Amino acid sequence: MKHARKVAIGIVAVVFTVCLLANFVAPAPYAMQFRDFISAPASRHFWLGTDELGRDRWSRLLYGTRISLLLAPAAALLSTLMAVLIGGVAGYMGGWWDRIVLRVIDIFLSIPWLFLFLIVRAVLPLNTSPLESVIITFMIMGLLGWASPARVIRAGAQSLRNSDLVLHARACGCRGPRLLLMHIAPNLKPVVFAQFWISIPTFILGEASLGLIGLGVAEPLPSWGNLLRELVNPQVVTGSPYVLAPLVLLAVVVSCFQLLLPEKEFAA
Amino acid sequence: MRRVLGFLILSAASLFAQWGGELRFCVRSDPKTFNPLMVEDEASETIRYLTGGVLIRVNRLTQELEPELATSWKISQHGKAITFKLRHGVSFSDGTPFSAEDVAYTMHALMDPSLHSPTADAFRSGSGDIQTLASGDQITIVFPAPLAGIERLFDQTPMLSARAVKKEATVLGPFVVAKYTPGTEVLLARNIHYWKTDASGRRLPHLDAIRLDIQQNRDIELARFTRGELHLINNIDPEVFNRLAKQAPSLVNDAGPSLESEMMWFNQNPNAQLPEYEKAWFRSKNFRRAISAAIKRTDMCRVIYFGHAAPAVGPISPANRFWFQAQLKAHAYDPQQAMERLRQDGFHLDAGVLRDREGHAVEFSLITNAGNKARERMSAMIQQDLQTIGIKVNLVSLDFRSLIERISQNFRYEACLLGLTNYDLDPNSQMNVWLSSASNHQWNPSQKKPATAWEAQVDKLMEAQASAVTREKRKGYFDKVQDIVWEEAPFIYLVTKNSLSAFSPKLQNAEPAMIRPQVYWNADRLVLGPAQLAKDLR
Repeated sequence: MKHARKVAIGIVAVVFTVCLLANFVAPAPYAMQFRDFISAPASRHFWLGTDELGRDRWSRLLYGTRISLLLAPAAALLSTLMAVLIGGVAGYMGGWWDRIVLRVIDIFLSIPWLFLFLIVRAVLPLNTSPLESVIITFMIMGLLGWASPARVIRAGAQSLRNSDLVLHARACGCRGPRLLLMHIAPNLKPVVFAQFWISIPTFILGEASLGLIGLGVAEPLPSWGNLLRELVNPQVVTGSPYVLAPLVLLAVVVSCFQLLLPEKEFAA
Repeated sequence: MRRVLGFLILSAASLFAQWGGELRFCVRSDPKTFNPLMVEDEASETIRYLTGGVLIRVNRLTQELEPELATSWKISQHGKAITFKLRHGVSFSDGTPFSAEDVAYTMHALMDPSLHSPTADAFRSGSGDIQTLASGDQITIVFPAPLAGIERLFDQTPMLSARAVKKEATVLGPFVVAKYTPGTEVLLARNIHYWKTDASGRRLPHLDAIRLDIQQNRDIELARFTRGELHLINNIDPEVFNRLAKQAPSLVNDAGPSLESEMMWFNQNPNAQLPEYEKAWFRSKNFRRAISAAIKRTDMCRVIYFGHAAPAVGPISPANRFWFQAQLKAHAYDPQQAMERLRQDGFHLDAGVLRDREGHAVEFSLITNAGNKARERMSAMIQQDLQTIGIKVNLVSLDFRSLIERISQNFRYEACLLGLTNYDLDPNSQMNVWLSSASNHQWNPSQKKPATAWEAQVDKLMEAQASAVTREKRKGYFDKVQDIVWEEAPFIYLVTKNSLSAFSPKLQNAEPAMIRPQVYWNADRLVLGPAQLAKDLR
C-alpha cells in the first residue's frame, strides 16, 4: 500500500507539474483552430489528434487538466467545509437543531439544481470572461454541493457523540468546543477526508454535465468537462480513440487521489 | 435493346412495388391541434399537409402554383378579390360533395377574429370583413384591401366541410386521421374518397397508411431509421448526414440550399442598457460591415456543415428561386478591408487590441442558444476570426427562454447568433421582420418611427411590394430591400444550410425538395417497394 501511495503521489505530482507548465509544454494555444485539420487523427504534430474545430487535443487536455485540477478540489474543499460546519455541528448537538438541519438537507437534496444553474447563467453579466465564468461555475457547485456530504458527516458526528470514547471524555469533564475539537473532530477526519476526495470527481463530472447543455466552462477555455463532451458521439470514439484521453486521465487522477488517503480515511 | 431493358425494369418495378403499405416516420412532438386553421407547430403542420385539401398547391420542386381543388383562379379589383373555379366530382372523406359553400364556410371561419387563427394573419389586409360570392362552381372572395401574393396563401388553407359535424375528421387530402395515441403515435389512413388518380387511372394515394411516431430524441430516431424501422428522416443534421453517407450513401439526399440560414446581429436598441460608446459601434455601418468582412464563412460551411451549406448572401436563400436577388455579391473574407472600414470610424489597433476613438477596447459578448452544437461552433469560429482584427468576443450559451427574453424583452445583450427559417416563399411573410415598427425587427424592434433613413426606405419598399399587383413589380421592390440589407448589414448573414434528408430505398417516387416538407411533399404518390428494385431504378 505504501508503494502504491508513492506511485500515486508521483503521478499526481507529474500531472500537476506538466499542467502548471502548460504554457510552455503545450505545442499550440488551446483555442487555436487549425481549420485545415479538423478531426485529424493523432500525428507527430497533433499527439492526440484535433477536435471538430481543428484544435489540438493534447494542448487542450493540458490546459483543461490545469483548470479542473485546480478548481474541482477548490469546490470540493468549499462544499466539505460547509458540510462539516452544518452537518458536523448538527450531529454533535442533536435535538431540535439536528432535526432542522436534517430537514434543510432533505429540501436541498430535492431541489433540481440544473434549473438553478440555468437561472444563475441567465442572471450573470454576459461580458464575463471565460476564466471568471469557470470560477463562478465551480464556486456555485461548491456552495450547492454541501448537502450530501453534510448528511454523512452528521451521521458520523452523531455516532461519535454517542460513542464510549466521547462518554469517557465527558466523564473526565471535557465539554463544549474542547470536546468538539479535541475528541470529535480528529475522529471525524477520515469521514471528512473521504467526502472531500469523493467530491472531486463529482464536481468534475458535474461540470461535464453542465458542459453537455452548454452551461459549463465557457468556450474556448477547455476543462475535463467540455473535453468529455466529445464522448457523446460514439462514432467519434470508435473513429478516434484518443478522445478517451481526458476520461483515462480523470480515472487515473481520481484513483491516485484515493490512494493518497491514509488507510484510515480510505476505510471511511 | 436498352429501351426494352428499361421497360422490363419498370414493369418489374410496378409488379414488385408494394401498392399500399404503411409509411413510417417521426414527428418531434404531439400535435397541438388537429384543427387545420389553428396550426402553429411542426407536428400539426405535418398532419395538416397530409390530410388537408387545398385550392392551390405550391409544387415543392418547381415552386410554382398548381391547381388542386380549384382548376383555375383569377385575381381582380387590383388584388382585392380572387375568383376560383372549383373542380367537379370532389368529395370529402365522409363521401359528401365539395362545393363553393365549403370554401365560403372555410374562409369565414378562418377570418373570424374570435378564432385567433395564425393562418388568418397572412390574409388580413385591412379593417373590415371578407365577402364571398358563390355562383355554381365559382366562388369569389373579396378582401377589405389589396393583398399581394394572395393566391399563394391558399397553399396553407385546407378546406373544411360546411355540413360535417366532425370538421377535423372530414378532409379532402390524401389521408385521414385514423388514430391518435398521445405521446406515442398518430395513424393516418388512406382517404378512399381522395379525388386524384395516377396516370393509369388508379385512385391515389398509393400508401394504405402513414404512421407518425412521436419521438423527440433524434438519436433514437436515427437508430430506428438505420434498423429499417422508419422509412424517412425529413431534416437531418450535417454531422449525422455525413455519418450516414459513409455507411450507406444511397440512404441520404442533399437537395441543395434550403430556406434556413444562420445569422448574427448587434443590439441597436437605443433603450438597451449598454454603454453609449458600444451603441455607437453597433449603429455604425462600417463596424457591422467590418465584422462581416472578417468572418470566414467558407470555413464555417466546410468545418461545421461538412460542405452541406453555402455562405449566405442576404435575407433570401437561393432556394427561393423567384425572390432571391441574384445580383447580390458574396460577402468576401477580407480582414484588410475590415480594418480599413474600422479606421474610417476612428478605430485603431493598439498592441493587438482594437480600440475606438476614445480608447475603449472593442469587446462584446455573443449569445446563442445552449445545446445547439452548430451555433456554438460557429460562435467559436467567429471568436477566432475577430481576434485577428483585435476584437475580443465572449461567448455565452443561454437556454432558449433566457435568450428570447434578452433579445425581445429586456434587450440586455450585445450580439446574438440565431437561425432563421422561412416556411413561406413570399416576402409578405417577412413583413414582421423588415418593417421598423415590427416586433421581429430584431436589431431595433417596435420603433415608433424609423430610426434611420435606410430603415424608412425599407418600410416604404415593403409596403409598396405588399400593395403592388404584378409579381414582377413586387420583385423589383423586394430586390431593392435586399440591396439595402446587404449594404447596411443589420443582420450579418453567415450560412445557408442545405436541405438534408434520409429515406429508405424501399420508398419509391420520392423526389426530395429544398423546401418543407422535403421528402413527403408528394405523399399521395409515394410507394413502398422492394429495396433492391428501388436501388436498381434509381
